[in-house]
Amino acid sequence: MEFSGLLSVIVFLPLAGALAIVLLLKSDSSIRWFAGATSFVGLLLSLYIFTSYDTGLGGVQLVDRLSGWVPAIAGDKFAVEYYMGIDGLSAPLVLLTGILGFVAVVASWHIRNRVKEYFAWILVLQTGVLGVFTSLDFLMFFLFWELELIPMYFLIAIWGSDPKGKREYSAMKFLIFTISGSAFMLIGILVLFFSTGTLDMIALPSAIANAKLILPVGVVFAALFIGFAVKLPLWPLHTWLPDAHTDAPTAGSVLLAGVLLKMGGYGLIRVCMTMFPEVISEVAWMLAVAGVINIVYGGIVVFQQTDLKRLVAFSSVSHMGFVVLGLASVAGVSGVISPLGATGASMQMFTHGTITGLLFLLVGFVYDRTHTRHIPDLGGLAVRMPFTAVALLIAAFASLGLPGTSGFVSEILIFLGTFEVWTYMTIIGASGVVLAAGYMLWTMQRVMFGPLDQRWIEIRDVSRTQYIPIIILVFTIIAIGIYPSVISDVFSVGINDSFERMVDAYPRLTIR
Amino acid sequence: MNLNDLYLLSPELAVASVAILIVLVDLVVKRKEILPVLAILGLSIPCVMSISLWGDVDSGGQQAGMFGTLVVDKFSIFLKFILLASVASVILSSTEYVRKFTRFQGEYYALILFSTSGMMLLTSTTELITIYVALELTALPLAALAAFLRDGRSIEAGLKFLLLSAVSSAILLYGIVMVYGITGTTSLLEIADRIPQLDLNPDIAFGSHALLFGLILIIAGFGFKIASVPFQMWAPDVYEGAPTPVTMFLSVASKAAGFAVIIRIFSSAFLIDVLSVDWAIVFAVLSALSMTIGNLVAIRQSNIKRLMGYSTVAHAGYILMGMASLGYGSEGSGILLGPSGMLFYLAGFAVTNITAFAVVIAVSQRLDSYNISAYSGVARRAPFLAAALALAMVSLTGLPPAVGFWAKIYLFGAAVDAGLTWLVVIGVLNSVISAYYYLRIVKAMYLAPAESEETIITALPIRAALLFSFLGTLIFGIYPAPLLALARTAASAL
Repeated sequence: MEFSGLLSVIVFLPLAGALAIVLLLKSDSSIRWFAGATSFVGLLLSLYIFTSYDTGLGGVQLVDRLSGWVPAIAGDKFAVEYYMGIDGLSAPLVLLTGILGFVAVVASWHIRNRVKEYFAWILVLQTGVLGVFTSLDFLMFFLFWELELIPMYFLIAIWGSDPKGKREYSAMKFLIFTISGSAFMLIGILVLFFSTGTLDMIALPSAIANAKLILPVGVVFAALFIGFAVKLPLWPLHTWLPDAHTDAPTAGSVLLAGVLLKMGGYGLIRVCMTMFPEVISEVAWMLAVAGVINIVYGGIVVFQQTDLKRLVAFSSVSHMGFVVLGLASVAGVSGVISPLGATGASMQMFTHGTITGLLFLLVGFVYDRTHTRHIPDLGGLAVRMPFTAVALLIAAFASLGLPGTSGFVSEILIFLGTFEVWTYMTIIGASGVVLAAGYMLWTMQRVMFGPLDQRWIEIRDVSRTQYIPIIILVFTIIAIGIYPSVISDVFSVGINDSFERMVDAYPRLTIR
Repeated sequence: MNLNDLYLLSPELAVASVAILIVLVDLVVKRKEILPVLAILGLSIPCVMSISLWGDVDSGGQQAGMFGTLVVDKFSIFLKFILLASVASVILSSTEYVRKFTRFQGEYYALILFSTSGMMLLTSTTELITIYVALELTALPLAALAAFLRDGRSIEAGLKFLLLSAVSSAILLYGIVMVYGITGTTSLLEIADRIPQLDLNPDIAFGSHALLFGLILIIAGFGFKIASVPFQMWAPDVYEGAPTPVTMFLSVASKAAGFAVIIRIFSSAFLIDVLSVDWAIVFAVLSALSMTIGNLVAIRQSNIKRLMGYSTVAHAGYILMGMASLGYGSEGSGILLGPSGMLFYLAGFAVTNITAFAVVIAVSQRLDSYNISAYSGVARRAPFLAAALALAMVSLTGLPPAVGFWAKIYLFGAAVDAGLTWLVVIGVLNSVISAYYYLRIVKAMYLAPAESEETIITALPIRAALLFSFLGTLIFGIYPAPLLALARTAASAL
């Protein structure tokens, strides 16, 4: 029974803020300021939590653990604990959520339609995501995983950017895809629980190794994997993503790309990799292939997009492929596993969150001014929107992995980790970087440079409020590019902890 | 029959007395508004008696009475609380609705209470003939209630309910006769004692043809009561035609009582290794069919009462999963996990469905339409009603933070524990299907533009009922521990 309370506060702070907004506040501007303040406190807290994570100590820290939240129903079985904690894997993701949560709220300052509900849902969404990253009880994890669905559904369906009808379709598609994935995940969780008698995500790896599962271990793995793969999204389960992104409001896209997809990657590492190292080494070739398909397919499809948001969405598919490729390296060579690829994969999640978050943010701002996302209609905007153009250029460079930006660090780590295990796949996958260079620069050319259309002669650069989120993200991207170990050291502690748990459970494996 | 018997029976007797009192008062008073007040005040007596009985029965213990035909244990008292809470909500939700009835307002409340006393009796019976009598006491008033609007659809509903419950009772009776024929007793406990002494043939399903027929007919008879596929066809029509508070009563109370008897019969009389695997597979198949057909047909409904009718069919399927796990469960955990999961589900389903129907009654009262499209923009015209209905839909889908989330997890967990993973796969896929149509209602309320901006005014009593059920759905969704502990205590009494 430990209770430090800090994580509970950060997780439930946005929810409390949302409740206060719904029940207490009346005027639109007070709601905005209140939501801004709440998420700013959330950002500070997440920074504090991230910096107070002691990498020297490692392991799970800041634990909030109360048993008896949901009591054992039969014998001592099926007790769901209130169990939160962070380790090196989740600490940076909590920080990422804090950053993007604040960015999303500030980026929504101009929302005028149903303001109260909007900010309430944005905040509830943050509670859901933070809960996923901090829960260490598997059912509690699942509860938060499901909690995030309804807010996102409403955000897309009500404040979505496309004309009516299509956005409702996209919202429903998002919901049905995710809920189908999580349906399988629930089976996996229940089977694991009734086979091992524990829901403790830290204890599960060794519990699984020592227990006889009700279902074949491959089936359990697959059930859980589907849930995470939909969220990531892994080809061919990715089709909801372009629709959802295209129709979501700007802040919705930022959160969706920035943190919701990371829930999938986080689940893959925390659950699929750490709990099932043997299965993952058997199916790693499939993961490598699927990851490469994500990278290449996403990267090629980007070229055909004429809708700016859809374009970023597919680039997102491509970049999340690197996460899967990095994970595939966990197969190792004849039982010797190296944490490099998985560290790169988690690093990629963080950097992708900031880069794609920034891309969606800027695209959203451009759309607010031009009311079109049709690329051929745009062009030369740099003249009128220099600040946006510079920021977009930085985001594009980071996205294509230019050294000095955060994108470079994560991709190089992934390639280093994967190369010796999946040499050819890595070589093909590396083409994703070339593709990214192509589509990103080409998009810059078509949107920001070239002759300015007469229609856009009047538009103005982003407002002062909108500087804030842009600067925060640009700063993060460059800071990590220059000094990556501030994040990667923490991730590396988390991945090493996971690997130790894997080796404990399966002594055949050795860490290099 | 002695004083203790009367004490054990006091909740049922009190409900019946309140019903008689209402009929009498109805004769002398002009202002009919006093009748629901009387009913609600009257219901406090059975409530107090039940609480007192809960204290007197030690956990796991039973108190038999009335020559061994009745038993009071925590299981039956738990269900009586569900029934009393539902009937109170039904009465609170009816106060305005009854203005539609030109006459017989007193009889309306009296019939509901009579039916409730039958249901409460059902939860305590341990003898097959008594079960049959209690079942008739439950069903006959319901048939009259379903026809209470006296328009075409309502009369059709009443007649359908009457005919089909008569048929199902006949089937049930036939099954009872079979079981009596082979065991020579109608007492559930004696049946359990005698079955092992019978010369059962392990090659035949259920050990003998008589038990095979008997149990299948009993299951079919109760299949009608709980509206499980393939005995569900009355449900949508009756749900649509009946007065909405009666629909609420049918879907919550009637279902809880039906499941109470099923759990009681099969766990006290037939929970024997030779038999249980056989009836468990029957329940498993019924469960899979009910979930799938209920949910698939619900997708196409445009009338919210019909939709809720099919949704109830689907939920009967989910709950039957608990019966299947009970049969398959090994000695130890599974035995308890199935029934306690079912009890928790019934309680959670009750608060959720009361919430949903209370909103439907309140909204349709003003809009005079049961079409889902009429719910367009309700979120703006009645924010609390919309939020409550949305939460109910989230709960029925099985998403947090509503009680339905835990209810499903427990039943699915029980089934996984019993080795019924295939059934759980069907269950979770069905949850996905159901998300689509439940959210359609949410979508209409929150996304579609309102036809008018006029606020929807709700009467105070229904708001009170709604507030309680809404809070129940939400609080048990966030902190299910107390309800689970109660359900577990109740289930261990079996």
